Amino acid sequence: MMCSLALFPPPLPGDGETSHYYSKDEFTTDPSVWFEESHALNLYFPRESLKPHSRPESSSKAAFRDHCETLYTRSAGAWRDAGLSGLLNEIANSSAEVPKWLGVSSRCVLALLQWVSSFHGSLFPHLTLSSEEMTAEFSQVLDWSDCAVRGFAWHPHTQKCAVALLDDSIKIYNPKSSTSPTLKHRLQRSVAALQWKPLCASDLAVACHNCLLVWHVDPTSLSTRPSSGCAQVLSHPGHSPVTSVAWSPSGSLLVSASPRDTAMLVWDVAVESCVPLHRVGGGGVTHISWSPDGSRLMAATPSSLFRVWETRMWTCERWPSLKGRCQSGCWSPDGSRLLFTVQGETVIYALTFTDTPGLPLGMSGGPKAATVVADLSETSLDTPDGDTMVGGEIQSLAWDPRGERLAVLLKGDAGAGRPAMIAVFKTQINPAFKLLPCGFVQGEPGTEPRLMQFNPNFRHGAQLTVCWSNGKITHVAFYFMSARVPQPGVGGSPPLPISQGRPADYVNQTLYTELIS
Amino acid sequence: MPNMIRQSVIFWRAVASIAWSVLLLPPTTALYVVLSRFSLFHPLQWLTECLTVLTSASAIFSFILLCGVVLLVGFFNLEYYSVVPSIACSKIALLGHVLHPRQFFHSLVHCIMGVVVAWCCAVTIGGRYQALGYPCMKDESGPQMCLNENHLVLLLAGAFVGYSHSLLGLVHNMNYISFHTVQQYKYLCFKGTLPLVMRASAVQALYSLRNFLALYFFMGYVPRAWVCRTLDLQVDSSVYSLDCVSGLLDLSLLYQLWISASFLLFTWYITVLLFRIFVTEAYSFPVQPTFQEDAHQCLPEVITGKQPTILKFLALQDLARLSNHCPSRRQEVFSLSQPGGHPLTWTAVNRECLSLLSDLTERLVSHHDNVASNGRTKLQSIGSDKKTSSESSGRYSIFCHSRPFSADLESRGLPGPPHVLRTSWPLSPGYSSIQSPHIMRRGPKLWSASPGGGWGCGPWPICFMMSDWVLFSLQLPEASSQALFADSQAHIWALEGLSHLVAASYSEDQYGVVQTTLPSILSAMLMLQEAVDRHFKLPHASSKPGRSSFSMGDSSYKTLRFALRATLKTSIYRITATFGEHLNAVQMSSEHRKRLQNFLEYKE
Repeated sequence: MMCSLALFPPPLPGDGETSHYYSKDEFTTDPSVWFEESHALNLYFPRESLKPHSRPESSSKAAFRDHCETLYTRSAGAWRDAGLSGLLNEIANSSAEVPKWLGVSSRCVLALLQWVSSFHGSLFPHLTLSSEEMTAEFSQVLDWSDCAVRGFAWHPHTQKCAVALLDDSIKIYNPKSSTSPTLKHRLQRSVAALQWKPLCASDLAVACHNCLLVWHVDPTSLSTRPSSGCAQVLSHPGHSPVTSVAWSPSGSLLVSASPRDTAMLVWDVAVESCVPLHRVGGGGVTHISWSPDGSRLMAATPSSLFRVWETRMWTCERWPSLKGRCQSGCWSPDGSRLLFTVQGETVIYALTFTDTPGLPLGMSGGPKAATVVADLSETSLDTPDGDTMVGGEIQSLAWDPRGERLAVLLKGDAGAGRPAMIAVFKTQINPAFKLLPCGFVQGEPGTEPRLMQFNPNFRHGAQLTVCWSNGKITHVAFYFMSARVPQPGVGGSPPLPISQGRPADYVNQTLYTELIS
Repeated sequence: MPNMIRQSVIFWRAVASIAWSVLLLPPTTALYVVLSRFSLFHPLQWLTECLTVLTSASAIFSFILLCGVVLLVGFFNLEYYSVVPSIACSKIALLGHVLHPRQFFHSLVHCIMGVVVAWCCAVTIGGRYQALGYPCMKDESGPQMCLNENHLVLLLAGAFVGYSHSLLGLVHNMNYISFHTVQQYKYLCFKGTLPLVMRASAVQALYSLRNFLALYFFMGYVPRAWVCRTLDLQVDSSVYSLDCVSGLLDLSLLYQLWISASFLLFTWYITVLLFRIFVTEAYSFPVQPTFQEDAHQCLPEVITGKQPTILKFLALQDLARLSNHCPSRRQEVFSLSQPGGHPLTWTAVNRECLSLLSDLTERLVSHHDNVASNGRTKLQSIGSDKKTSSESSGRYSIFCHSRPFSADLESRGLPGPPHVLRTSWPLSPGYSSIQSPHIMRRGPKLWSASPGGGWGCGPWPICFMMSDWVLFSLQLPEASSQALFADSQAHIWALEGLSHLVAASYSEDQYGVVQTTLPSILSAMLMLQEAVDRHFKLPHASSKPGRSSFSMGDSSYKTLRFALRATLKTSIYRITATFGEHLNAVQMSSEHRKRLQNFLEYKE
């Protein structure tokens, strides 16, 4: 039986019951940071206080370049900045200084190049987007270009988080330390994703406009502005904009993806070398997600195709013939199940992988077809304020590290009166995969969720961190007794007093149960 | 005998790689023929010409010659490869490498092979490049044979490119084989690297050609006169000689030279590439023998074995992979021996990994001590070490260390230290204390000061300043640091293997075999961590080498120390994250406990 939104308890008006949310008069001295009594970290970044980089790089170039430079210097600069097309453009534009035949031939070659690239663009329409638009299109953040918080990452082992902001800076917050370092770098522009390195205290990978930055933020340092010398720059020709990064759970490899590059890069960060994994088809890689056990990696492409890589020999399995491109995906904690959503559809699909230990390599345990596990199409729910429309397309998925809660960020539609919303499911993986409705997470009136992530270090259940459209970051706790033994070593969070925590799970119907054959 | 069986793995892999490179020769040659006869305005004629050339007898003969060359290149790859790069600590040492008889032989053979390939190219191109002599009319004495300079230039270019391939191979450590962190199937790996190899050969051919033309411009008359005299050929005065600007600006000649040089380099690079891919392919050793006769082929045996180094590397790689990916094979490591109930496999693996780690720690500490004491002992050591250092400089400063497969004699000649590795690996502490900068400094110092009348050349400070300056200009920065970590790939795998096994033992080790060794593992890792931390505080140790554009030389050894540092931290974190607070029950010194506490709190 499939789970659908009609079976959900209706969202409450105003301050949702499942989201405890703080009003502005609770601010302490520092307006952007305050701690509630449970030591959780609540942050507020007003949209007005952040200044985005309004000028795209191409228009600012002319303002700074000295036009008295010789043609040779300018051509060399153009070659360095924009490659062959930049060089040809420069030659074609300075027709007074070059011989006539050179100007004409470079214009011809330029036209040919543009024709070829437009043909290529007609095959893969996303290639006609600018870099910023592309990042906004393929980011996991809802409405990325106008969002105050563009990225959020919990440290996998300690109570520490990094927040990427609209003004291209990254702030690191740690409740145990009074300093919150701000990371800025010349190349850190339009941050699309960030992730902490597992099994490491200090390394943070940041997907930037045309490179990948790996920051080494010494946790014992008192500096509030680490120098750019603390960042390693990893770049590869043709690999921009980077829209997704993923560390392997063992911390040894880093994978990065760009919608313009058909190759996915596997980096050995310490050595700064990369292995491009080329595959024909798809036109790029938009989103990657590593299974928590490290054995598989999902890579979505801008066309209706995604791949599941096996990480021992790096072979892949193609999943073509979707209705649209794969928008988001997440793995169950044991790496056996992959949930994914498709753009233009309102359902969640599941793939089940079973590993047979006897068979050494390959995707022997791979599934043959994806099953639909939840239907999130529009429904109207009865609330005290009248009927509310919920449902629609899905922006992103998040599964808590214990595998008990699944959060789904619904895109919503302002025109149709459907706000963006987070629907939460209760899940059970063993012995059979089950999906039960849990509830909705809503913010203050007029705010929408933009980005969400589960806190991997919450001991009393699951804690969902939500970044809202007004620049606030709050944490929604789901308290439950885990059936699974908590993972050793995943800890470090202080014991929390259970505050006003009315358990949000009050419906106990089974809505999706896998048939055990 | 067991050694031979083990060696055969490598041998057969090399044979397979050479076979594949011979199989790839026909398409490469066809491509070369098509490119060399390229003519834009006569496409039909161009294609028919290519077909006739490819089926002619001379083409088949030259193809057989090319096969011979590829076989020989493959043989050289097998003979000269090493998994530990040889790093020259100073320019003198580099010069020593170049002048080494072994390297001289390598260069000579490659030079000759370059001529052979160029001759094959000349025959294939035909036309005015076909032969060395052609009949010409001279005024006085009827028909004679004249020298065809185009042909000569092609042959000389082949020789030059062959020689520079050998020389650059030495400078860029082309014989060094690195293991990739990402394992792929051979075909995919080859397919992914092929465009890079094409580009590298084309670019390298351009550079070599530039150098060759410059050389020919100035020195071209020497080989021309020599060839004319030996073969009794005349110089045709009606034709321009090529060692002038107008002669060398012949576009067709330049194109043919470039295409031929690219073809030559491409076939050789492909052979190197295939050899690397085949040799570094992961090999799965059995953990426990099914029969007693096969015991020497098992993982614990091979890991503790001495020779050859590559098998040890493959075994360590296999250990790292099995500890990470294969629960069933991990189970075999944790199992007890059937009669007796001893954890023999685990003990052997653990002992070898720990000895590797402590070996590196010792090496780092002694290097650090040498550097630290360098300033103090400078004055005292001059008098006492005069005799010994002249010996050691003759022996060691020229050859910073011997290559692993060339100088077994030398390493066997050393007094045998108890440790296994010291005799087998070139970079053992016995050597490292000698090649440390402290002593490296003394060799050149004597050499630079003695011509000026020994030590009485003047006031002491000036002498020091002079020699220091000479030294500064000769010594390569960070080379000593690179040399210390040259074989660190083995340590990286040992760390990964150990830490994954220890982490897995938390849930999989039924008999508690790992538990007893946990204190020693932790202390070995923490000691290494301390030594590595101290090493990275030295000047030049933490400076990253500039990223070079792709060439066939693998420069990953230059950054191995960073990889080791990262792996070491990750490994300790893996253990602390798995065991958590339980580690407080493990016995260790208070200093180590303090360090470990930092790791438990994620403050390292």
